[in-house]
Amino acid sequence: MKLFTHNMLTSKMIRNVQVGYPLKLCASEVKITPTDFRPGFLSKVIPKIDWTVLVEAVNSVGNTEPLPPALAEDYDKNDDFLRKAHHALFEIEIEVITGEMECPETGRKFPIQNGVPNMLVNEDEV
Amino acid sequence: MSFGKRPELTAPPEFFYNEDEARKYSQNSRMMEIQGEMAERAIELLELPEDESKLILDIGCGSGLSGAALEEAGHYWVGMDISDAMLNVARDREVEGDLILSDMGQGVPFRPGSFDGAISISALQWLCNADKRTHKPVQRLYRFFSSLYGVLDNGSRAVFQFYPADQGQTDLIMQQAKRAGFNGGLVIDFPESSKAKKYYLVLVVGGKSNPIMPQPLTNIHSNSVEYTERPQDRRRALAGGKTKSVKDWIQDKKDRRRRQGKDTKHDSKYTGRKRSSKF
Repeated sequence: MKLFTHNMLTSKMIRNVQVGYPLKLCASEVKITPTDFRPGFLSKVIPKIDWTVLVEAVNSVGNTEPLPPALAEDYDKNDDFLRKAHHALFEIEIEVITGEMECPETGRKFPIQNGVPNMLVNEDEV
Repeated sequence: MSFGKRPELTAPPEFFYNEDEARKYSQNSRMMEIQGEMAERAIELLELPEDESKLILDIGCGSGLSGAALEEAGHYWVGMDISDAMLNVARDREVEGDLILSDMGQGVPFRPGSFDGAISISALQWLCNADKRTHKPVQRLYRFFSSLYGVLDNGSRAVFQFYPADQGQTDLIMQQAKRAGFNGGLVIDFPESSKAKKYYLVLVVGGKSNPIMPQPLTNIHSNSVEYTERPQDRRRALAGGKTKSVKDWIQDKKDRRRRQGKDTKHDSKYTGRKRSSKF
């Protein structure tokens, strides 16, 4: 699972959960997979990203260079910034067998198995 | 997909798409070709601006065949599927998109406005089935469509290729999609051909309540998939084309039951005989 996906996932499908965001990420091992850097695409994706959540996620997995704490104003022209964002969003992969994400409201845990988060909930939870 | 029977009537999707079934999606070239073609058509129906990479949600992404079509079109995708085995195949194929294990009937677990579009190949009809005692198709369809409506950007589209069992299913799906706020309708490709006929549900977020639908394809072009005729009754063909008499049929059936160790009535001169009119 890439941090981009973590930035988008919610636990809103659980009954009575209002926002379900951000999911608390607990994972210690990561794998870095280089992917194509596409600045045009990236500058369109960044407005959709919750930057604070991304910074926290990067910090929580550790082991890598921290991100700038705030979104640069000229992000679409700032190549250095875009490269860092690309790395954080699309190259850091959660590969662990024991990782999990936690719903901020109910504390329900979503395990990450072989890099795939399991977002299935029981029928009585929806 | 197995021949004859609709797969959604045999088992719930997380059981039907097991390791054996999943393997077909990486080895059966005919299946892969059809899935790929349907995905390409679905992407075309999204009518995205050309030469722009978009974020697409693939619902029921399976082994990532539709994802491959998205990658080819230059888009980034995130896929969700309920079958672990299918997602394992996708992971082994090292697809570019990210994968999550989730049930579409429980809703789409993303933030509002996350995606520029969504495609789904051969998945929607599964929602019309109640596989568990607690499953209510109407409720699951509505939960799915309303959460999908939320995660799509304004003006974007969701295209579903699906196999409706009958008109009732199509109506049910359309009703719930409209109730969730979508506009749109059906595009039926090759409506004249019973084999090449394909249903695409094109849903639009916002815009006019009766948007102009894309034109369906009508001519089966030469590079489409060849279908071979299936014999009408395979069992009869195997038996050399002869029809068994009623008596033989009953006798065979009784022998089969005995071989299976089941409780069977003994054979007598009356076995397989017509009842007398006085009876």
